[in-house]
Amino acid sequence: MGEYTLDYLEQLEAESIYIFREVAAQFEKPALLFSGGKDSITLVQLAKKAFAPGKIPFPLVHIDTGHNFPEALAYRDALAKEVGAELIVRKVEDTIKQKHLTEPKGKFASRNWLQIHTLLDTIEEFKFDACIGGARRDEEKARAKERIFSVRDEFGQWEPKLQRPELWNIYNGRIHKGENVRVFPISNWTELDVWNYIKKEEIPLPSIYFAHEREVLEHEGQLIAVSDYITIDETDVISTKRVRYRTVGDMTCTAAVESSATTLDEVVNEIMATRISERGETRIDDKVTEAAMEDRKKGGYF
Amino acid sequence: MDILRFITAGSVDDGKSTLIGRLLYDSKSILVDQLEALEKQSKNKNADGIDLALLTDGLRAEREQGITIDVAYRYFSTPKRKFIIADAPGHVQYTRNMITGASNSSLIIILIDARAGVIEQTRRHSIIASLLKMPHVVVAINKMDLVDFSEERFNEIKADYEKVAAQLNLANVTYVPISALLGDNIVDHSETMSWYTGPSLLEFLEAVEVASDINHTDPRFQVQYVIRPQTAELHDYRGYAGQIISGVYKVGDKIKILPAGIDTTITKIEVGGKEVNEAFAPQAAVLHIADDIDISRGDTFARADNLPKVGNEIEVVLCWLDNKPLIQGNKYFLQHKGRLLKTIVREVAYKLDVNTLERIPAEDGVKLNEVVHATIKTAAPLVYDDFATLSDYGNAILVDETSNSTVAAVLLN
Repeated sequence: MGEYTLDYLEQLEAESIYIFREVAAQFEKPALLFSGGKDSITLVQLAKKAFAPGKIPFPLVHIDTGHNFPEALAYRDALAKEVGAELIVRKVEDTIKQKHLTEPKGKFASRNWLQIHTLLDTIEEFKFDACIGGARRDEEKARAKERIFSVRDEFGQWEPKLQRPELWNIYNGRIHKGENVRVFPISNWTELDVWNYIKKEEIPLPSIYFAHEREVLEHEGQLIAVSDYITIDETDVISTKRVRYRTVGDMTCTAAVESSATTLDEVVNEIMATRISERGETRIDDKVTEAAMEDRKKGGYF
Repeated sequence: MDILRFITAGSVDDGKSTLIGRLLYDSKSILVDQLEALEKQSKNKNADGIDLALLTDGLRAEREQGITIDVAYRYFSTPKRKFIIADAPGHVQYTRNMITGASNSSLIIILIDARAGVIEQTRRHSIIASLLKMPHVVVAINKMDLVDFSEERFNEIKADYEKVAAQLNLANVTYVPISALLGDNIVDHSETMSWYTGPSLLEFLEAVEVASDINHTDPRFQVQYVIRPQTAELHDYRGYAGQIISGVYKVGDKIKILPAGIDTTITKIEVGGKEVNEAFAPQAAVLHIADDIDISRGDTFARADNLPKVGNEIEVVLCWLDNKPLIQGNKYFLQHKGRLLKTIVREVAYKLDVNTLERIPAEDGVKLNEVVHATIKTAAPLVYDDFATLSDYGNAILVDETSNSTVAAVLLN
């Protein structure tokens, strides 16, 4: 190794910062889609570095399903304040009321699909031309094929067959009126890369990412937090377990894992040892059909 | 630990999917739930009851329509390296897919079926690798189990390929005899091919030196974004953000701003918000200069004693990637990193047959997957390097100004 070398995290960071700056340079009205999860927290950290000492030149947008972990919401508010970014929150609840949408029924009824309506309305309301998201290609096979600059039509739809070839590090963000681009700066990061980066940069995380006691019910091998948003049947067995979250989505569709890891080092060690994929272990929403993500993306999901 | 980005060239028939599946499986990158899903789907059971090719199975849209959407990216790591595989499908639209994948890779694995040897497809993959100046080539001679693991057959194919490599000036070619299906020489050394004493494929991928592929000699920096916070405490702050494309920049360096041609000095460098004395490729940096000069996105900072080319009439190689044909005399946008210039494709000199390297007349137009030599004229001077000498600053794309599609990969000369 010579004098001028970067390790893999530094290389990934440089690539992501480059992408962030392309977004700021090429678009009039970008937004960073912030969920409160570790991937979007990493995005905010990268954006801070990309524009330092200036502020992040676009708002953080949270599409609030109303089914969030309270810890994630508190973290969101504190982070927006710390980085001095504008925080825009739009609630799925409001869209449901205004547009008379039908809520999915069932035991773990998720507003994941309904989120798309609120997201597209928010894009329309603020005329966002680029929305930055924390999706990674290692998560899922639809994502493995999506571009870093992913052009969506005015319905937000992903059309895998019509994607632009993405050559070298040249990003073509030219779009027609009404279209917008979803940008994924951490496309080339894996779950473990994100954790190692969080550890290296000492990025604080919401407490639910570390082991804590929680009332959960066990459903088909997955541990779901007891909350007002799920239906509890008489036959359900509820117990208190020591758990942490590996991903943070809605309380209705994110499962916890049993864990005793209370520090980042311990979490990283557990993840390195795990033999189950992130989505497989923690996401109920992907289990519906094999092509669940592909369908959601075609419907406008990010 | 660093990153190796590589592309696998070959079709399903060559065992490409099986090879990628094998690398992921044997490096233990496949997790239990993914394996369970695979076991359910596997009809063709090889490695412990699963069909490794299914690991790279595509989208439902592709299965339904029997098509493959260009490049999928796959990830795995070992304690030595993180690997990013550009998995480009074979068959239809191959040139487009391969160029896209190769542009983001520093190594190519060319798969050869040991029974078939060097065929037209092998030549095509090699010509593209040579065109794109890929620094490392691995020729993986696969299906050795079907030729009785014969050393003689391996040597025969190797000798054939050496002729191709010599003709194309491919440097750094490595040959590995493998059986992706059985796992021979993929991660572990083959017991049946004890005559082969070189590294297994993964050992080679872990060890190949890629840090020196980055040019740290010729400093090139293009302004990507101007940081001007304009707050009370940072009132006079003006930093030029961009990626160091090649070379090293130091505080105190005398530089020229191009295309304007104005001289100035670097006064401060920041990386990730921290002040540093020097920055090098491929870091994302912020440079500050001594003089108050009108600078905007797309301007180049170079050292006065090491200048890139500046010109508006440029010979190029175009790899056409769009379904709409190239129209000579049409205007396009040339995007060179962050710089966007109106461009006319003036003259198409000839087409290059990517199977034979022959030059053929371009009278009947230029279509998808064709490679041509042409002259372009840009509306303002472009600051660039020859792709052959400094590929990182010698590449660009053409964008159709009406459809906004990326229609061509451009190698500047």
